[in-house]
Amino acid sequence: MKNMSDQIESGLAERRALHLQKRRSAEARFKWYGRIAVSFGMVCVLFLFTDIISKGAGAFTQTYINMDITFDEQVLGLNRFSTLEEIKAVSFGSFFKKQLRAKYPQATSRKQKSQLYAIFSSDMPLILRNMVIAKPALMGTTSSVSLIADDDTDVYYKHGYGADSNIGRLSQFQKSIVNALASEGRVEKRFNAMFFTSSDSREPELAGIKGALVGSLLTLMVTLLLSFPIAVATAIYLEEFAPSNKFTDFIEVNINNLAAVPSVIFGLLGLAVFINFFGLPRSVPLVGGFVLTLMTLPTIIISSRASIKAVPPSIREAAMGMGASKVQTVLHHVLPLAMPGMLTGTIIGMAQALGETAPLLMIGMVAFIVDVPAGVGDSATVLPVQIFLWSDSPERAFVEKTSAAIMVLLAFLIFMNSAAVWLRKKLERRW
Amino acid sequence: MNEEIKIGRHISSQFDQELDEVRSRVLKMGGLVEAQLEKTLVALRDGNSDAVADVAKTDQKVNQLEMDIDEECTQILARRHPAAGDLRLIIATTKSVRDLERMGDEAQRVAGMIEHALDNDIKKKYYKGLLSLGEHVKELLHSTLDTYARMETRSAVKNIRMDKSIDEEYGRVIIKLMDRMKSDPDNISDALDVMWAARSLERIGDHCINICENVIFLVEGRDVRHTEIDDLKEQLS
Amino acid sequence: MNMKITQDISVGSIVHGDQAGSDTNPDSYVTVGSPLMEDPKMRVRSVDVFYAKKQAIFDVNFDIGRNEVVSMIGPSGCGKSTFLRCLNRMNDTIDICKVSGELLLDGEDIYSKQIDVVELRARVGMVFQKPNPFPKSIYENVAYGARIHGLTDNSVQLDELVEQSLIRCGLWDEVKDRLSEPATGLSGGQQQRLCIARAIAVNPEVILMDEPCSALDPIATATVEELISELSKNFTIAIVTHSMQQAARVSQRTAYFHLGKLIEVNDTAQVFTNPTHKLTEEYITGRIG
Repeated sequence: MKNMSDQIESGLAERRALHLQKRRSAEARFKWYGRIAVSFGMVCVLFLFTDIISKGAGAFTQTYINMDITFDEQVLGLNRFSTLEEIKAVSFGSFFKKQLRAKYPQATSRKQKSQLYAIFSSDMPLILRNMVIAKPALMGTTSSVSLIADDDTDVYYKHGYGADSNIGRLSQFQKSIVNALASEGRVEKRFNAMFFTSSDSREPELAGIKGALVGSLLTLMVTLLLSFPIAVATAIYLEEFAPSNKFTDFIEVNINNLAAVPSVIFGLLGLAVFINFFGLPRSVPLVGGFVLTLMTLPTIIISSRASIKAVPPSIREAAMGMGASKVQTVLHHVLPLAMPGMLTGTIIGMAQALGETAPLLMIGMVAFIVDVPAGVGDSATVLPVQIFLWSDSPERAFVEKTSAAIMVLLAFLIFMNSAAVWLRKKLERRW
Repeated sequence: MNEEIKIGRHISSQFDQELDEVRSRVLKMGGLVEAQLEKTLVALRDGNSDAVADVAKTDQKVNQLEMDIDEECTQILARRHPAAGDLRLIIATTKSVRDLERMGDEAQRVAGMIEHALDNDIKKKYYKGLLSLGEHVKELLHSTLDTYARMETRSAVKNIRMDKSIDEEYGRVIIKLMDRMKSDPDNISDALDVMWAARSLERIGDHCINICENVIFLVEGRDVRHTEIDDLKEQLS
Repeated sequence: MNMKITQDISVGSIVHGDQAGSDTNPDSYVTVGSPLMEDPKMRVRSVDVFYAKKQAIFDVNFDIGRNEVVSMIGPSGCGKSTFLRCLNRMNDTIDICKVSGELLLDGEDIYSKQIDVVELRARVGMVFQKPNPFPKSIYENVAYGARIHGLTDNSVQLDELVEQSLIRCGLWDEVKDRLSEPATGLSGGQQQRLCIARAIAVNPEVILMDEPCSALDPIATATVEELISELSKNFTIAIVTHSMQQAARVSQRTAYFHLGKLIEVNDTAQVFTNPTHKLTEEYITGRIG
């Protein structure tokens, strides 16, 4: 008898040992699957970042050409005491062209002349005029002015200038001039602050994201101010006060479904309701904010409900056992404890909203907006839409700027998500 | 009245075992004391010195058992925190064990006295006169152990009544001995010895009654010490 | 032990010409011992409790006396916690729970429409099994009840109230230097005493305790039990406990519940040395039925 049970036991032990080997290898395999998956993901992300950064890094610098401009009083017909109207009446364009022709007499034919002018940004006359307006003492002097290079020149200079280079659309003539300027040391690359200080423009070298950034921030502000209170109130009602009946279930199912609806649908909804029915203006951060609110509400509601659910019922019981009313229990105890989770959900919802393009396109934020919006009622565009618009343009310089704008957007998104993680860690409570 | 304790099983079978162990030891101890008393009566009847020696030897075992059982009961109290019936069982047992041990001592005292009288025929005759008392006490002891084993109150009451008649018999024996002392003043000390022996036997009877009262406490939860037999009957009915 | 019910029924019995005005159902089972009394603090008559279709408490009739400690024992799932929660209407928070019957506090029906449940819970406080201090400071925990019920006029009075409550619970010396620290930093036994302090700060009349020591170590348990004995001089206390030794140590009367029925109520000493009902005896000696 004892022998048999011993045998059975040793049989079992053997089987255990054999099986152990299989289990160990299964575990090792599983770990490797995980590692491969993670690596794959990281490689893709690395590709993305490398691609974008390599394309966009160039946009953060701008080529400037330093030239001496003589603000000849006679040619301009102005002096340091001239009034604003007088200055505005003068054509700085022809003045500028005269200056260039004087410096480069080798431009003889009409084609060559226009090519000469095209080396510089077409806005240069305006900039010169603004310089004179700002500092009339310039009249009669010769000063060194940093002229913004045209986008073709900029591309040519950044990506391989030299006698036999094929980059860019510059003609040989233009290239020779630019090379000469470069050898004189008059061409330099500086940090492109204009990228952040100016809004959109047809000229790539003058285009910046300021308008889009401000538009994004205004839209986001509207979204936050609307969605947070509504979502929190909804979550509290659904979790704490709503009776558990079919109607509440119905609401819950619908909220969960709304979270999965394609965002473009919300744009259509905004178009139909806010713009067509209520007659609100198109392309303004206010309406954009409304649309994005509708879109992020489900997300915030769901995460708020989860954080309210996570508050242990013992806290509620303790409060109610002391004679706190339902409302007091929720406001004094549940809400403070659920707040970190709610904030995290909100930040993530906002990060999502920041990157939304489709719904905002539907309400008309696709327009070419040059002015920086001053309030929520002014026409504006948002950063993702700006990226979308720029990506349509063929100029190489816009390619650069598109990637640069993407980098800015990604930087914001990473920052916001990191803030969410930090916030969650910091406010985690032990009960 | 006429209640029995039905010992149902505890969820902890170990606890059941421990209680069974204690009870069987008490019965074993009771058996030894019974044997002691039997040997004492043999000595009374036959004047047999071997019987006397046996009584002494048995008493050692009885004392040891008393200590063992007490130890066991202490352990049960500490480990099991018995309540209600179980608690009363332990309390009744520790008390009864003490009574049993006393009974053993009394039996040994009687045997000891007989030993001194082995060479004295007159004394032997006197001691023979205690036989009847001794038999009755032995019966009472046997019945008491029965009561404890069965844990029921009807026989307990019967035993208490039996003790009453033993007390009366003891009374008569004392009177007879006093007469003897008056008629035979030279052997007063012998008569006195016999009186002490009779007293010991009577005491054994009292201890039996204590045990019966403990059993009533165990079964009913009532403390019936210092209660008259008639009131007792009323209370238990 | 065979059934030995009959004699005690005449003492404080159900068929007593009851002053409460509610007659018990003559078909109901009979609670053994002395469940009822004159001028109780809380009176319970014919109470049934249902969780949806399932009945958890069957026709309980019970009185809790003034300034006494009564303990409720019984196997798991016998309904003692459910019954306790009826006394301060905590069962209202459970949707599917229905309570029927009469529950009176000083003669007032606590389930009547005129009674504000919030006020009731200030008069009948509760301490739970697992210590559940609010995740606030120690001071705030004790002050919360006073705040929401408006018991003090200014912060000086509130300070005094907090101090008094903590002193009564024997916690003051241990925490007086760290009143603003979070309550969750205290040990288990301290937390439970804090919960008791919090409960008595609103000056209740009755304190209900649902297995207050089951999550505590023996020393903390002993401290809380000592506290309960102290408090019983001023409060009526009903305590549910799994530990029979605790019931034996702490309470004057003990009630035994079995499968939703109140089987026996008697003086604690009697229940633990010589219970009347067979089921009670079986439970406290640990016997299979």
